[in-house]
Amino acid sequence: MGTEKIVVVGAGMVAQRFVQSLRTSDAEGRFDVEVIGEEAYAPYDRVALTSFFSKAGPEDLLLGDQALWDDPAVTLRRDTRAVAIDRDAATVTLADGEALAYDHLVMATGSSAWAPPLPGIDLPGVFMYRTLDDVARMRDWVRSRQAIVGRPVRGAVIGGGLLGLEAAGALQSMGATATVVEFADRLMALQVDKSGGEALKGLIERLGVKVRTSLATTEVVADAEGRAGTLRFSDGSEQLVDIVVFATGIRPRDELGREAGLAVAERGGIVVDDACRTADPRISAIGECAAAAADGHVSIGLIAPGNTMADVTAHRLLGREEAYLGADTATKLKLLGVDVASFGDAFAATPGALEVVYSDPFSGSYKKLVMTDDASTLLGGMFVGDASAFAQLRPMVGAALPGDPSSWILPEGAAARPELELPDEATVCSCNNVTAGSIRHAVNEDGVHDLGELKSCTTAGTACGSCLPLVKKILTTELGKAGIEVSQALCEHFEMSRTQLFSAIQVAGLTTFSDIIERFGTGHGCDICKPTVGSILASIYNGHVLAEDRAALQDTNDRVMANMQKDGTYSVVPRIPGGEITPDKLMVIAEVAKDFGLYTKITGGQRIDLFGARLEQLPHIWQRLVDAGMESGHAYGKSLRTVKSCVGSTWCRYGVQDSVGMAIRLEERYRGLRSPHKIKVGVSGCARECAEARGKDVGVIATEKGWNVYVGGNGGFSPVHAQLLVEDADEDTVIRAIDRYLMLYIRTADRLQRTAPWQAEYEGGLDAIREVILEDSLGICADLDAHMLHHLDTYEDEWKAVLDDPERLKQFTSFVNAPETADPSLAYVEERGQRRPATPAERVALVGSASLEETR
Amino acid sequence: MTAVSSHAGSAEASASQGGVAVCAYDRLTPDLGAAALVGTTQVALFRLADGTVHAVQNLDPFSGASVMSRGITGTRGETPTIASPIYKQVFSLLTGECLATMDKQPHGDLPADLVVFGVTVRDGMVHVDVPGPM
Repeated sequence: MGTEKIVVVGAGMVAQRFVQSLRTSDAEGRFDVEVIGEEAYAPYDRVALTSFFSKAGPEDLLLGDQALWDDPAVTLRRDTRAVAIDRDAATVTLADGEALAYDHLVMATGSSAWAPPLPGIDLPGVFMYRTLDDVARMRDWVRSRQAIVGRPVRGAVIGGGLLGLEAAGALQSMGATATVVEFADRLMALQVDKSGGEALKGLIERLGVKVRTSLATTEVVADAEGRAGTLRFSDGSEQLVDIVVFATGIRPRDELGREAGLAVAERGGIVVDDACRTADPRISAIGECAAAAADGHVSIGLIAPGNTMADVTAHRLLGREEAYLGADTATKLKLLGVDVASFGDAFAATPGALEVVYSDPFSGSYKKLVMTDDASTLLGGMFVGDASAFAQLRPMVGAALPGDPSSWILPEGAAARPELELPDEATVCSCNNVTAGSIRHAVNEDGVHDLGELKSCTTAGTACGSCLPLVKKILTTELGKAGIEVSQALCEHFEMSRTQLFSAIQVAGLTTFSDIIERFGTGHGCDICKPTVGSILASIYNGHVLAEDRAALQDTNDRVMANMQKDGTYSVVPRIPGGEITPDKLMVIAEVAKDFGLYTKITGGQRIDLFGARLEQLPHIWQRLVDAGMESGHAYGKSLRTVKSCVGSTWCRYGVQDSVGMAIRLEERYRGLRSPHKIKVGVSGCARECAEARGKDVGVIATEKGWNVYVGGNGGFSPVHAQLLVEDADEDTVIRAIDRYLMLYIRTADRLQRTAPWQAEYEGGLDAIREVILEDSLGICADLDAHMLHHLDTYEDEWKAVLDDPERLKQFTSFVNAPETADPSLAYVEERGQRRPATPAERVALVGSASLEETR
Repeated sequence: MTAVSSHAGSAEASASQGGVAVCAYDRLTPDLGAAALVGTTQVALFRLADGTVHAVQNLDPFSGASVMSRGITGTRGETPTIASPIYKQVFSLLTGECLATMDKQPHGDLPADLVVFGVTVRDGMVHVDVPGPM
C-alpha cells in the first residue's frame, strides 16, 4: 500500500499515460492511484478510432499493457462519473454519492465534441464523432439504414478538419458515401494553406469523398419518419442525407474545475502553470482539459503535448521538477491514406520569410518549405500527399539547412539530398521528448552501442516508433565517427556474422560442427550458433538434417521433424503442394488423426496440422503417411513452408493462368530448401490476388501476358508487401529469377532474418539485387544456378529417410529406460469434439498438482 | 570407456554407490539429450563431448512441460549448459542455475533453477541418484 493517494478524473489517453509514467518511476510504491472514467472501456486509442472498423473489436484499440490495470497500486473505475470536487475536504464526489479522498487530484477530463446549435441537430441520424460508442452507434445506424434503403447510405460530415476527414473515412469504410462540408475556404485550415488545401481536396476527391468548402450548414431537416433527411446550406442549396456526422470542434471539459472555483481560460480549459499545477497546489490538470501557461492558456487538441503534461506531472509528484514548455504543433497525419504534415512556421508568419513551393498536379502532392529571408535557415514546412521528408526536416527547424532547399521537396531522386547533421537540441522522438543530443550522449558517454539498449535507456522510439530509422542513423553515424564497428558476432562462440560464416564454411569445405568451431570459433557452441551452423550445412550440402553429428545441432523441431507445442508434444504437417489433395489422401490423414487422437486444424498455408503427437508416436504416424505417398511438409524447418494458391484458370471464371500448376511446380522445386528463416510463397491466377501472394516472401501473380514476381513480403508482427522483381515473365524466367533470389538470400542474409529486412538492408536494395540476379553484375549467377541444381538433385524426403534408419529411430523414444511409456505429466480435456492441453487449473483436477512438483 | 563424471555435488552419491541404473553409457549420443523415468521423476540426461554425463530435472520451469532432454547443449564461458527447447532459457548443467530467463517468469510457482541429480557410470551403466521415495 502506498502512503499517498492520487485520484485521476478521466480515463482517456492522457490519463493512461500519466498512470504509466507514474508507475514506471514510482519504484518505492509511494502512491496509490485511482482512475475514474465514465466510459465502459479502459483507456483506448482515440486517435485511431477510424481503425475500429478494420480491427476485431474495441479491445484492439486499448492502450498499453493490461498489466498496468492489474497492478495492485492502480484502481480503474469504469462507467463511473465524478460530479463534484470539494477542495476543502479534498474529496471527489461520484455520481452515486460516494466521496473519494485524495492527497493529489489530477484532472484529465479531456474535451467533448461541440456542435453549433442548429435546428434539427437532435434528430435521429445525427451523430458526434468522439468516442468508441459514438462510432459503434454510427455503424449500427448505417447498417440498419442500409438494410432498408437498398442503395448506398448517403453520409455527410460537417467540418473539414482532422476529425471530419477521419469521420468521412469511417463512413466510407462502413459502406456509406461521404460528403465533407467545411465552413472555411479549405480543408484542414489549421494545418495547411490555401494551395495545400486545394491539393488535399483533389487527393481526397480521388478517393470518392465529395468536398464542399466555404459553405455553412444552416439546418438539418427531418424526413417523413422524423429522421435526419436533408441538409440545408447558407447558399440556399440542399442535400439528401441518411446520416449526418458533426465534427465541428471540441471544447475542453473544464466544468468540474470551474464549479470548484478553479480559474478557467477565456476559450475554455483549466488554467495551469508550467508544471501543470492549478492555483490549488493539490490539483493538477493535463491534456485537453488544461490551458497551460506555455501555450498562452489555450487548450491544445493534440495527443503529444498531453503526453508531455502527463509525464511532467507524474515526475513532479515524485519530486523531479520538470517543465511543460508548450506544444510542438508539428503534426503528421494520414487521412484516408493521404499524408498531411506541417511543422514550425508553416504559414510563413515570420517577417521576410521565403516560401519554396513544389506542386505536382499529376500525383496531387503539394510541398512547401519556409526559409529565412537569406534562404539559409529552415523555419517550417507543409506537406500534402507526400510527407516522406517530414521526419528528417522537422527537427531541423531553426537550424541551417545545407544545400538547395528544393532538393527536399522535389520528387525523391530528382535532386540529391544533402546529409543532415541534426543539432543536439533537435527533438528526435517527439512522443517521449528525446533530443539528438541525449541520444549522442548515450552512445558516446554511456557506451550504448546497441539499438535495443539505446531505446530502453533513452526511451526514444518506444512509443509510436516512427523515429526509429532516425535513431538508428544517429547510432551508426556516431559509432562510425568513433571508429567503432557494430559487432556482427553470432554469439560468444563465433566472432563472424552468419553471412561471413557461410562463406568461410563453403570455402573451407568443412562438413562437421566440431571442425567448424575448432577452425573458426571457440568453446563448444550454444543454442544460437549450433542451429545456425546446422542450417548453413544443410543449405550448402543438403545432407540429411540428422546426418553425422548434426542431430545435436538442431532445435528440437528440426531434430524430430515436427513442431513442438506448449506441452512438449508435437504437431505433424504432411506436405500438400499448392493446397491440392485427393480425397483418398485426405482420408488417410483423417484416419491417422483419429487413430492417434490428434487435434486437427486447417493451417493458413492450405494444409492440415495434427496436434498432440508424442515423441515416440511420430515414427508410427509418419510410417502411415509415407506409406500413403505423403512426405514431410517442413512446417518445423527454417525452410520452404508452403506455396499457397488460388484455384486459377482451370476452374475460376476470372483466372488468366494456371496458378495451382505453378504453385505445385514451385513447391516441389523448393521443398526442403534450408534457409536463414522460413520462406512462404503464394501464387495467384489473376490480379484479384486471392492467394494473398504479396504478403509472402515470394509472390507470383498471373497477368494476361505471363507472370509478375514480387519479393520480400511477409505477414506477422510487421507486415510488408512484396515488391515487383520481374514483370510479364514466362514460366522459365519466373523460375530462374526465384531460384537466384532465394539462393542469394540464403547466402547473404543474417541469422533469422526474413527476406523483407534482408532486401531492405542489402546494399543498394532491390535494385541491386535485381542487377545481381538478372544482369549478373557480380558474375555469380552460374554459381547460384548450380547450387539450386544441387539442391534439386539431392532432395530426399527426410521422414522416409529416418524411417529407413534404425539408428536414427532411437531418437524417438520417450524414456531411455521405458521407451514406450507416455509422458505421465500430459493431460487433456475435450473441447468442441477434440482434445486440447488442460489449463493449469484443469490439470489440478485431472492429475493433481503433484505432477508439476514431482522433482521437488 | 573410462569416462566418468559429473558435477561437484555428486561426490557423496558416487561414494555411496547409490543411484538407479537407467541405461548403458553407449546408449547416449554425445550432446544429444535423453529422458529417463526414475520412479515418478522425469530426468534429463546429457552425455557431453568430453565424456561427462549430467542429469537435471526434465521439467522445464518456464513452460511446465517435461522437455529439457530435448534442448540444445552448449557452453557459457566454461560452464556446460542446456537450453530449453520451448522458450530458450539457458541453465547450467553443473548447478542447475538459470543463466538467462529470456525476460520470462517461471510457469506457475515453479523455481527458476533446475534440480541437479548425481550421476555415476559403473560397469558401462549410467546410474542416477534421485533422492526421496522411489
